[in-house]
Amino acid sequence: MLFAIAWDASSSWSLAVSILPILLKGLWVTLQATVVGFLLAMAFGLVLAGLKSVPLKIVRWPAKLVSEFLRDTPLLVQLFFLYYVLPDYGLLLPAFMTGALALGLQYSAYMSEVYRGGLEAVGSGQREAARALNLTPVRTFTHIVLPQAVPRIIPASGNYLVSIMKDVPVLSVVTVLELFGVARIIGDRTFNYLVPLSMVGALYLILTILAAWAVRTLDQRLPKHGIALR
Amino acid sequence: MSSQTPASPDQTPARPLVRFSKVTKRYGEHTVLDDLDLDVAAGEKVTIIGPSGSGKSTVLRILMTLETLTDGLIEIDGEPLWHERRGDQLKPASEAHLRKMRGQLGMVFQQFNLFPHMSVQRNLTEAPRQVLGLSRKEAQSRATELLERVGLADHANKYPGQLSGGQQQRVGIARALMMRPRVMLFDEPTSALDPELVGEVLHVIRTLADEHDLTVLMVTHEMSFARRFSDRVCFFDKGRIHEQGTPEQIFTDPREARTREFLRAVLEPDV
Repeated sequence: MLFAIAWDASSSWSLAVSILPILLKGLWVTLQATVVGFLLAMAFGLVLAGLKSVPLKIVRWPAKLVSEFLRDTPLLVQLFFLYYVLPDYGLLLPAFMTGALALGLQYSAYMSEVYRGGLEAVGSGQREAARALNLTPVRTFTHIVLPQAVPRIIPASGNYLVSIMKDVPVLSVVTVLELFGVARIIGDRTFNYLVPLSMVGALYLILTILAAWAVRTLDQRLPKHGIALR
Repeated sequence: MSSQTPASPDQTPARPLVRFSKVTKRYGEHTVLDDLDLDVAAGEKVTIIGPSGSGKSTVLRILMTLETLTDGLIEIDGEPLWHERRGDQLKPASEAHLRKMRGQLGMVFQQFNLFPHMSVQRNLTEAPRQVLGLSRKEAQSRATELLERVGLADHANKYPGQLSGGQQQRVGIARALMMRPRVMLFDEPTSALDPELVGEVLHVIRTLADEHDLTVLMVTHEMSFARRFSDRVCFFDKGRIHEQGTPEQIFTDPREARTREFLRAVLEPDV
């Protein structure tokens, strides 16, 4: 018995069929962690990108330092730090949330660069024209710069979404029962690692192919010159 | 050296609409504008010519408040542009003051700088609606009228990417005029165009400038247009007005050797 599900080890195929439901439950957790991590990365990334573009050095430099630190230290180390150190300071999060937070933090550094690249790709001429027409800075950002930056931000974001999905197995070390964690436990119990791990690989392959296809389709459908405003 | 004084202040009793007084612009060690004096009277059409790097475009960019000045004073109709009077003193201008002053100026850019994600109509109506508070109907009727004037009445619903360079620049001109500016700044409006499209844009500039009695400050390399269009031509070199005068005088009888040299290089290139 595993998670109240019996497995049938008489043949590889029967084992595969019998563990599929529990693997799919793990897959569901993987997808949840991916989505929550990605949303956190988008939010933190926007904040970081904003702070990194503040003219004041006293704000900009710490933001750059944090961003550099998040990118240049291993996800596993950051995750352990959050999971084992934060509770000492009174912040006790469930394993899943800690994992999603670690993913969100690490990828916020990458996302901040995506935002920055997308915003900088909108030429200075656009901002100058808006200024010459006396549009407010807020209106310029929301109606001139952002609609032109979003089509450049989305494809790169999609690639990081796939990357986050592939990093979710790291969460298994802090007891999150995502796809890979479940497969490893099945391997431990059945002494058959080949079947569950192959299935993890196959499921990941399907997911990444689907995601890559979705990103490509989206990219092709995005307007080249920005989101049309009527 | 050349005449550093404005054309002739005594002959124009009304105060100039635009006045540059000892304006200097430096980037680090590099001086782009060097103690520049320049007056433009209301309704006057002034063309700035000169070699690249002589500070021509910087004059327009500082006036449009796209770049700050290092030193000196710019006034529009007697009111400081980059400064505010507080009592007897001149303090650096607040953003509110800059916004107010900017409203009197319109600019046409070398690269058009149309908003590519907005229809031609929206390019024209966005700022009047947001900044001037025009209703949709008012803004649209003003846009329709101006698009007709620049010969693009049928293109209101197209996007800039669907237009030729000449058409795009005509939209750029209409967009700037939508704000009803007192002074129009043209920064090399035809330099990015294919040669066969230059004429239509210059024609529109000329027609509209005459009809609306616009005050124009234009940087251009189109010498024959400068000659026909301007009331005054300023030859810029090394961040100063090296020589200025009527188009007739500058193009037929330049006094300065540097001006002659430049005009010869531009009008009769040695090939």
